[in-house]
Amino acid sequence: MSLDDLLDSSIKWLPSSFNISNYTQAAQSMDFFQSLWKSIVIAGVPTLLNLVSCALAGYGLARFDFKGKMVVMGVILLNFVLPSQVTMIPTYVLYSNMGILNSLWTFILPSALGMGINSPIFILIFMQFFRQIPKVLIEAAKIDGAGHFKSFVRVALPSAKPAFITVSLFSFVWYWNESYLTELYVHGVMTTSSWTTLVIQLDNFADNYSSYASTAVSGATSLNESISMAGTMLSILPLLLLYLVLQRHFVESIDRTGITGE
Amino acid sequence: MSEYVAMEDLDRKAKRARKKELKKIKPGNLERREARVGYLFMLPWIIGAAMFLAYPLGASFYYALNNIRITTMGKVFTFVGYGNFTQILLSDADFPVQLVDYILSTVISVPIIVVFALVIAMMLNQPIHGKGFFRAVFFLPVIIVSGPILSMLTEQGAGSISAIDTQAIGSAIKGVLPSIIADPISDLFENMITILWYSGVQILIFLSGLQKIDKSMYEAAKIDGGSGWECFWKITLPNLKSMILLNAVYTVVFISNNDQNAIIGLIKSSMFSGTKEKGYGYASAMAWLYALIVLILVGLFALMLTTRKGAYEKQVKRAKKAVKTEARQRKKIERRNRRNAKRIERQRARGKIITRKTDSTGY
Repeated sequence: MSLDDLLDSSIKWLPSSFNISNYTQAAQSMDFFQSLWKSIVIAGVPTLLNLVSCALAGYGLARFDFKGKMVVMGVILLNFVLPSQVTMIPTYVLYSNMGILNSLWTFILPSALGMGINSPIFILIFMQFFRQIPKVLIEAAKIDGAGHFKSFVRVALPSAKPAFITVSLFSFVWYWNESYLTELYVHGVMTTSSWTTLVIQLDNFADNYSSYASTAVSGATSLNESISMAGTMLSILPLLLLYLVLQRHFVESIDRTGITGE
Repeated sequence: MSEYVAMEDLDRKAKRARKKELKKIKPGNLERREARVGYLFMLPWIIGAAMFLAYPLGASFYYALNNIRITTMGKVFTFVGYGNFTQILLSDADFPVQLVDYILSTVISVPIIVVFALVIAMMLNQPIHGKGFFRAVFFLPVIIVSGPILSMLTEQGAGSISAIDTQAIGSAIKGVLPSIIADPISDLFENMITILWYSGVQILIFLSGLQKIDKSMYEAAKIDGGSGWECFWKITLPNLKSMILLNAVYTVVFISNNDQNAIIGLIKSSMFSGTKEKGYGYASAMAWLYALIVLILVGLFALMLTTRKGAYEKQVKRAKKAVKTEARQRKKIERRNRRNAKRIERQRARGKIITRKTDSTGY
């Protein structure tokens, strides 16, 4: 919808002419492809690490008995319920002392150690799933000469495929949509780094657009509703496509993993 | 005879010795090794928990008791005790107001979200055409809900149902209730869609719970003449009890970590605020207050949803108890009978009693 159509009150649903200039302008001001790539990295890398660390912890909880298991469970639940704001400030200081603020390491480190965004949920999903594997299978592997780690990799992991799909999908989506922590740790508050995501670009859309409009040679108009809606649409689009393709997995995942475990 | 006794004695001694031995090697070697491997698997998590949970928790508690100013020399700590807390609660312009708002809106919206999710899940559980499509639609919000996108959409008026005259409802409620309670409720109506958007995961959780319920229960109830309404209250709801608790807790956590939440924005902005009394310490104190409230809310919902046991379970328990007491009573009587019999026997042996039984002419 062009600006004229937007102002014309007789036009409500169907624009008078097909117009994609809003999208191109919004995309340019958001630096679309650059941000898209960075979004994928920011969401993807922690997701992979989350898979590894949460699977390890989940297997440890499901398969072994050790002292303090109940304490571990309690801490996991507490970690889930406790708002991240309590630990946010010292963590921020810790990162800045380590000199990794405004870099991807601030997301890599916690997720590699099983403390990423919503990691408790993922650990519980894995635990629930590994519990369903009959113990006999693992014992059989042991008799055949497999060590603990080998039986984990060769027996437990392949049968936990649904759990992997679920965790990777949810972790990706949650990291993608996280703007609060991303802005704090990776993008930076006081000094901004080059790391940015589509969601953060959208958050700062008005500023970005005005700076774009002032420098652009092409006839960029001042910010109006249709452009900001185009920007919103652009930042939803990648996940929307992902969802359309993988829709079945998303919806069935909770059924299959028994997230609702007793 | 004596040999036999000696054998028995020996046997008993051996048993005792074996028992002692068993006590000495309490956990088996294998078990201990297994436990060690278990720790190995948990190691990354344990390091993570120490580094990103335990240490920050302690540190932020320490921060909360201090006034921290960042100078060129580094952070300067001045111990102020609970000064931060009193300042937040007594003289901060925004925080207490936002906190009360948050509590009220959470308390109101959690039941709405849970009930809405339950209703939708039950509808989706019916055999209807296009089930997959509807599921996809209701789960879609989970994918795209994020702070900036939501705020963009609500700015455009996508947050409320345009068919409902929210203004009229708001003013109607305000006429009846005091404004402290009425404001969140009218806010609720204005943001109806947003709230319904939050219920994607909850719907799925309920759905999988519904599918786990045994169908034969409904059939049995129908044969006994139960209506759909009765089936819902007596079968569906008790079976979903744990799911309801899970959903309530999940919703509270989701709302409190959501980017739309004003409080966490406030904490962040005061963290980087340059004024003298704000900063890291002040923000930490805020975060602690906030966490306390969240924990209390979660505990509240958990308490509300777990204390009551089902009527069926109660009855089973009572029946079991009755059976047990009866058994105990019976044993008692038996014991008494045996004791009496023995006494009579003894007395008879001494010749004190001439029982009537031996008396063949008696009775």
